Amino acid sequence: MIGLSHYLVVSTLLFALGLYGVLTRRNAVAILMGIELMLNAANVNFVAFTKFVDPTFVRGHVAALVVITLAACEAVVGLALVINAYRHLETVNVDQVDLMKG
Amino acid sequence: MARLAWLIPLFPLVSYGVLAFRGRQLGERAPYVAIGAMALSFLLAWAVFLEQVGGASPFVWRAAWAVGGDRVITVGYTVDPLSSITVAMITLVGGLIFVYSVGYMRGDPYYGRFFAFLSLFCAGMLTMVLANSFLLMLIGWEVIGLCSYLLIGFYFRRQAANMAQMKAFLTTRVGDTLMLVGIMAVFWQFGTVDYHTVFEAVRERAREASAVVRLGAWEVPWATLTALLIFGGPIGKSGQFPLHVWLPDAMEGPTPVSALIHAATMVAAGVYLVGRAYPLFFFTPHHEALAAVAWVGTLTALVAALIAVAQDDIKRILAYSTISQLGFMMAGLGVLGYTAGLFHLLTHAFFKALLFLAAGSVIHAVHTNNIKEMGGLWRSMPVTFWTFLAGFLALAGVFPFSGFWSKDEILLEAYHHNPAVYTLLTAAAFLTALYMSRLVAYAFFGRYRGPQHPEPDPWLPEDYARAGLHHFPGHGHHGGHEPHESPPVMTVPLVVLAAFALAAGFVGIPGTGPEGGSWIHHFLKFEGFKEAGIHAPSFSWLLALRSLGVAVAGIAVAWVVYGLRWVASEQIRAWVGPLYPFLRNRMYIDAAYAWVFVRGGLGLAAALRWVDVHVVDGLVNLVGWVTVLVSRLHRLFDTYVVDGLVNLVGWSTRGLGLVLRPLQTGRAYNYILVAAAGVAVLVVVSLWRL
Amino acid sequence: MNAEALAFYALAAMVLVGGVLVVQSRNLVHAAVSLVPTLLGVAGLYVLLHAEFVTAIQILIYVGAITVLILFVILLTEGATGLRVRQRNEQVPLALLVCGGLAVLLLGVLGRVPWGPPAGPMPPYNPGAVGRSLLMPYVLAFEVASLVILASLVGAIVIARREK
Repeated sequence: MIGLSHYLVVSTLLFALGLYGVLTRRNAVAILMGIELMLNAANVNFVAFTKFVDPTFVRGHVAALVVITLAACEAVVGLALVINAYRHLETVNVDQVDLMKG
Repeated sequence: MARLAWLIPLFPLVSYGVLAFRGRQLGERAPYVAIGAMALSFLLAWAVFLEQVGGASPFVWRAAWAVGGDRVITVGYTVDPLSSITVAMITLVGGLIFVYSVGYMRGDPYYGRFFAFLSLFCAGMLTMVLANSFLLMLIGWEVIGLCSYLLIGFYFRRQAANMAQMKAFLTTRVGDTLMLVGIMAVFWQFGTVDYHTVFEAVRERAREASAVVRLGAWEVPWATLTALLIFGGPIGKSGQFPLHVWLPDAMEGPTPVSALIHAATMVAAGVYLVGRAYPLFFFTPHHEALAAVAWVGTLTALVAALIAVAQDDIKRILAYSTISQLGFMMAGLGVLGYTAGLFHLLTHAFFKALLFLAAGSVIHAVHTNNIKEMGGLWRSMPVTFWTFLAGFLALAGVFPFSGFWSKDEILLEAYHHNPAVYTLLTAAAFLTALYMSRLVAYAFFGRYRGPQHPEPDPWLPEDYARAGLHHFPGHGHHGGHEPHESPPVMTVPLVVLAAFALAAGFVGIPGTGPEGGSWIHHFLKFEGFKEAGIHAPSFSWLLALRSLGVAVAGIAVAWVVYGLRWVASEQIRAWVGPLYPFLRNRMYIDAAYAWVFVRGGLGLAAALRWVDVHVVDGLVNLVGWVTVLVSRLHRLFDTYVVDGLVNLVGWSTRGLGLVLRPLQTGRAYNYILVAAAGVAVLVVVSLWRL
Repeated sequence: MNAEALAFYALAAMVLVGGVLVVQSRNLVHAAVSLVPTLLGVAGLYVLLHAEFVTAIQILIYVGAITVLILFVILLTEGATGLRVRQRNEQVPLALLVCGGLAVLLLGVLGRVPWGPPAGPMPPYNPGAVGRSLLMPYVLAFEVASLVILASLVGAIVIARREK
């Protein structure tokens, strides 16, 4: 029988993969993809908890929907930033975008 | 309709906003805004009122305003027979006075401001009446107090007006402070200031043994204490003894203001509040709070009527008359005459507004306030004379004018519930007829005694002179030509009010309501009476004839002395000896207050000044010396110790920064890695603690 | 092994393999395309979890919109492949350590928490339930999210606009 912990294992692994992508990729677009993986992992958690712990008011679904919405916003703004950065700095590699360094 | 009642105060408020910001530009057109707003309020108020007459159930709307824990302060409005009839009266009288003011104030350089203040006043008054809680009521209450202050001092360059406005504000403040404490007491007791909730709770608690509050050696039932504190507000606002002194002085304001604020509405606010908070007064042990109200009212009615007999200023006589009639209302409420007191409030508003407006018309024509400088005006000012006469007959209590019905109700209740009050009120009713007849005899009969060579008003400021006025409207001295009738814009409101002064009492005729009672008894009734087994006494011909006889006797005595002059008034003065100067000087109450509070205040200030100069200044100088000494020491400490520490911190920070700088790569993914590692550490820590 | 378990394992494999390809592909276009099976797999998990509405949104927004957007940006920026450029930064070993460690830790926690028996049944028609939740108790979140969308729309236009 597939239980809550099965889903949690999948989401944990997906989260770790996403985090790995964020940490190791140089390309900003690839980093964004890693972030999307992490958000999906969180969503799987939300929806799984809804089914197994708190089904009455489907609160987890609401949270997942809000997260998807915000993910879309984040992707739009993030990609706009990538385009802008590419236009100005001629690169999308984040290790070359180190204007934060003091 | 009742759902729209919140709009009633809003129209005048909008008018105030418009006039406050655009009044100067509007100039002569300013009244249209104010009157238009009042007309809208009037229509809505009467629609609401007639709906209540038609038997609609009371309507309360409230919303949470401030929430503190489980205590909620609500804001809202309440539409019931009492508030609807009062609102109807206010909008009617107010609207007529607005129209009258168009003529009375014409040419005043601050025309727009005048109507702005009047509009704000009406907004406050209507809010106060429609409020659903003590707090909102208090807001309206304070707004009308402010407007009263502003309008008494409307001729702000007159010193007398400035003194009067301060006196009014400070005197009523005494009562208002007590009332504020009373409202706090209510909140403390019930956790709410909502009328309905409080009154229900009061009724519930009345059945239990009454809790007591210890005041030193006394044990006072809290209910009585709260009711009496609340009553402080009405004592101040409604000019009850001993805080009545401000009201005669308030006549420094323009006459329409006297009519609207200081006769018909604001001073009646206190009576209204007692009526509104009646359960608070009624459900006290042995109704003792009501007994206090009754005695304060009776005393006020008698004292003010006595003083009025010896005054010469037409507006002052009317002012004392107002105080006296407010005393009647309070006494009526106090002797369990809930309907009687409030009924008198309504009829009084009509005829007293009428009297003031007619007096204003007289003053407009003769330019003096002194009744001894008038005379014979019935010939030259017929409309004013006949309407004034209607108001006079209503006030004196002559059948069938409105004052007869309402005053008779009060006397009837007093006769049944408190005979001593009845006796004193009858004496006051006699005096009422007497002083009003004296006023009419002096002002309208005999020959004209006006001055032939007027003096210019010494306080007349330049802007009034530029506006072509040689006196304050209604205040200057003026002669040269015979008095003439006022323009229609002033006389038409007089006629309308006269009709109401005559007819408003008819709702109190026995038999106009169900079960042989009067309509007003049916419409305005206090539910608590039925529970307590108290029945309104039925109409008595004997008492009605007696009060009519008293009124006629008063008129007759005055007519003999002042009209026919069979007995010279100087002779009566000689007979009564020191009584006349005593009454003429307002029983020395004002003088006593001036001596105790004003001189006392000044004396205290002088004493404090001495303390300031000799003690406080000395101390201050000492402190200064010590401070200088200490700060010298401080400087040394600063230079060597504090600065040293600061420099040390600076150097060490810089050194640390040099060490840590390589860690700041400026690359986001490095930081994220550290953050993720931190999360892992946190997981480990929490596992370890699990 | 019943059908549900079969479906779950298939979907889980799809998600994880897709995920590995997303983070591992040298070719960015491959990575973006690999995102599709991952997201579809997640959508499939939602179906297993009786979250029909979330599934629909997942497919519409993630698979449909975001993936396409990412592909577009890749094309607009680095050319189709970026194969000539190093794709990894210098902290790969450290990142492996941290991510692996975190995953192991979390899985360990999962194993130790007693999750208890499944709660009651889901509402029979849960898109309706979601709608009610969104518009009644969580209407504030809903409205704020819509505000954020508006702000990000405007922001994206302002940021990505070519300056004259």
